[in-house]
Amino acid sequence: MTYLPNILFIAALATAIVVFAKKVGRIRKNIGLGKDTDRSDRPSDRLQNMLRVAFGQSKMQARPVAGVLHFIVYVSFLIINIEVLEIIVDGIFGTHRVFAPFLGSAYVPIISAFEVLAVLTVVAVLIFWWRRNVSKLDRFHKPEMKGWAFTDANNILYIELVLMFAFLNMNALEANFADAHHSFLISQYIAPLWSGASEWGLHFGERLFWWVHILGIFAFLNYLPYSKHFHIILAFPNTYYANLEAKGRFENNAAVTKEVALMMDPSADPFAAPAPDADAPIERFGAKDANDLSWANLLNAYTCTECGRCTSECPANLTGKKLSPRKIMMDTRDRIEEIGQNIATNGSFLDDGKSLLGDYITNEELWACTSCNACVQACPVDIDPLNIIMKLRNFATMEESSAPGALNAMMTNVENNGAPWPFNQMDRANWINE
Amino acid sequence: MTTFQVPTLAQMTAEGKAPEVLFWVGCAGSFDDRAKKITKAMAKILHHTGISFAVLGTEEGCTGDPAKRAGNEFLFQMQAMMNIQVLNGYEVKHIVTTCPHCFNTLKNEYPELGGNYHVEHHSQFLNRLLNEGRLKIEGGSFKGKKITFHDPCYLGRANDEYEAPRALLEKLDVSLKEMRRCKKNGLCCGAGGAQMFKDAEKGTAEINHVRADEAMETGAEIVVAGCPFCNTMLTDGVKNREKEAQVQVLDLAEMIALAEDL
Repeated sequence: MTYLPNILFIAALATAIVVFAKKVGRIRKNIGLGKDTDRSDRPSDRLQNMLRVAFGQSKMQARPVAGVLHFIVYVSFLIINIEVLEIIVDGIFGTHRVFAPFLGSAYVPIISAFEVLAVLTVVAVLIFWWRRNVSKLDRFHKPEMKGWAFTDANNILYIELVLMFAFLNMNALEANFADAHHSFLISQYIAPLWSGASEWGLHFGERLFWWVHILGIFAFLNYLPYSKHFHIILAFPNTYYANLEAKGRFENNAAVTKEVALMMDPSADPFAAPAPDADAPIERFGAKDANDLSWANLLNAYTCTECGRCTSECPANLTGKKLSPRKIMMDTRDRIEEIGQNIATNGSFLDDGKSLLGDYITNEELWACTSCNACVQACPVDIDPLNIIMKLRNFATMEESSAPGALNAMMTNVENNGAPWPFNQMDRANWINE
Repeated sequence: MTTFQVPTLAQMTAEGKAPEVLFWVGCAGSFDDRAKKITKAMAKILHHTGISFAVLGTEEGCTGDPAKRAGNEFLFQMQAMMNIQVLNGYEVKHIVTTCPHCFNTLKNEYPELGGNYHVEHHSQFLNRLLNEGRLKIEGGSFKGKKITFHDPCYLGRANDEYEAPRALLEKLDVSLKEMRRCKKNGLCCGAGGAQMFKDAEKGTAEINHVRADEAMETGAEIVVAGCPFCNTMLTDGVKNREKEAQVQVLDLAEMIALAEDL
């Protein structure tokens, strides 16, 4: 009977890890539905980029208020996890504050520092909540932020508050124990609130908060893969696999290069060329659906935490157009989730008559983009919505010929006379003598 | 304009000469009346510095940028391959252009298709000439004038060049007033991504009007751009607010040509 808490704890821990790993495996599989793209070059530059952008949060600081508050919550998350490690060891072996003897006189200052971080986190989270729900920052209230996106954002804040509350009160209750060994910087001031409780009540409450805290963490861990908050994990691989080329360099389509080379080669005989591989599936140009995108695009989509910095910098969105780069990412994630679910249910993909372009992202959104890269620049975790937009345009133009009429006219001009306007190529140098 | 000769690469090659740099004029620079003035200003500066340069003239074709941004990879690559054949045929090594879209495409998207050149935007090229002492600018005529600089997306964010145009303006002794959104955070003029060639989708405002307002909010008498398309968009924006009598939109090359009385 004395081992019951240990057994319960180990069962909870194992369940949390197994369920989490399973869901992460599913997401990994979904990301794997994307087309291959090579991001294995320049490993040291990639590592540096990850350390700077994800670990060092360099791009977050472009907006100092959110940047500093986010930094507090982030540091506190990283550091308080040391305390979680102690809790896990305690839980498995039935010990209490197992690190205390090892850390000696440093233990109290360390836990006190965690408590300070916990209080700062509470403050930051409350300000975040205020910005979202009371002062209603514009970027948190765009059309794509209705429903689950909005609920999810608040859920994360509430969970964080509960965890910090449990952590501080657990320590505060213990401070009232008859044989209290430790008194920490912050919880000593919360302690008097519980001083009226009986010794049994104090012990019961301390255990209760201990369990709330750790089970809350397990629950939060398993909430992550269903939430925008998954960025706390994916921000690292996403910045590692980010596009490191100049932002103006758009991908070259190698399949097209082959065709163009054949067209420009006067000695090429199209009929002499043997069918390369008759069984190979016909590749479409560009992307119609989420699984036509690359795995890097899909990793981007799962990394997005819907902060909306991209959308708030987008010239199209700023002038009231429907395009929102954040929605491009959310749509991509929602659609690849749907495709993944479809495959899991049916064994292989069963045509559902839907596609990313058309059912999620409309032509009106697609053609409003100026390709200015403001969204790419704004993203604190190096997500590239523009790359997705361009792949969708490739499909719209090359497979469906559905580009706006004016653009078709422009392209006809380029094709006929080598300029986007209907001027004669022979007049190109007229300016010299005008 | 015929005070000096602008040679084509064909003429030069026929004479057995090779220019130091090829001036890539671009479609706007060749055909758009406003942009032609930028082209002429740049040609005057090149002539003034005594650098041997040439243009492709009728052998130049659209780089394919608007086609690629409109999703037509086929057309883009056709244009690219044709231009690369011409450029490689003349063994071109060094290109300067007044259009950031041409600059970006030639620099970033041609190498994979077999076109490898040292490509510079005219702000970079002229700034380098200044630093090498091959171009001298007297700031006199613009001294203390309030101006603002609009970062073209395809020079700035796309290629991380923010300093070269500003270094040139500094040499002109102007009083540079930055817009709230500048450099990395600069707002697009609204023309990129092939938007120049179509109407904007339904919205509450036009991007170029918003950007022109931001430029005028600085109190600038001259809005300087480094791109023929930005120039058109901002000029339209200024006109829309009926401020064309007070506010001029000029290219970097025009500023220098004016300062040097070329």
